[in-house]
Amino acid sequence: MKITLNNNPETFAENELTIAEIIQKKNFTFKMLVTKLNGKVVLKDDRTATTVKDGDDLTVLHLVSGG
Amino acid sequence: MTFEQIKAVLSTKIVGIAGCGGLGSNCAVALARVGVGHLVFADFDVIELSNLNRQYYFYDQVGQPKVTALSWNIRRINPAVFVESFNLKLQPENIAQIFAGCDVIVEAFDKAEMKEMLVETVVSAFPEKPLIVGSGMAGWGRSDLLKVKMISENLFVCGDGVSETADDLPPLAPRVGMVANMQANLVLEILLGN
Repeated sequence: MKITLNNNPETFAENELTIAEIIQKKNFTFKMLVTKLNGKVVLKDDRTATTVKDGDDLTVLHLVSGG
Repeated sequence: MTFEQIKAVLSTKIVGIAGCGGLGSNCAVALARVGVGHLVFADFDVIELSNLNRQYYFYDQVGQPKVTALSWNIRRINPAVFVESFNLKLQPENIAQIFAGCDVIVEAFDKAEMKEMLVETVVSAFPEKPLIVGSGMAGWGRSDLLKVKMISENLFVCGDGVSETADDLPPLAPRVGMVANMQANLVLEILLGN
């Protein structure tokens, strides 16, 4: 499938993956993440149950402390 | 736009700032100087001596609530700015109400879990509202790594994305101030266009 990940095109061999699987595959290891799928926020607890399909637009924003 | 027109546009705008530490205090001061008409900010903390290495407060303000001191500092810089300040802890229950009227919201917390909570709450409540997050600014040097990234429509991140505060990587005035001013600069870009 081809998706848009953080504003960039991204291709995966699988036809669909959960958000949690994509986070693992892409090695996004930061503790604090915000995820958005097709414009809507997907809360942390829902990432293992939310499927990403061809053409979807996924945003994974990682946040680190400091300010 | 002429300078007079720019000032006229900015004077009608409302900007929300979540947190009044290193990012929030410096960002608020920059926006007050350029004449953003109305600032809304919230923080529950009082000023500590250790904050003065980067936050826009003064030695004689240690012990005061940050929102009180910031209101006074802004008044001394530009009394034309209308300041609405909230001395409270921002939570999912009060964020939407406090920032509902804002044209742009600036995330200016210190802790990553607070940043996460604010982004989730704001993006859920106001998907159309521009939100500018700060992430990754600890330490010194590496000015060239500080960037503005558009994450998706209406969601932007300023910083290097990776430099997390640690014992050997403290948040310091130059880099935190740079990111705070990048956030303020992006606020202007959103409010005025390119």
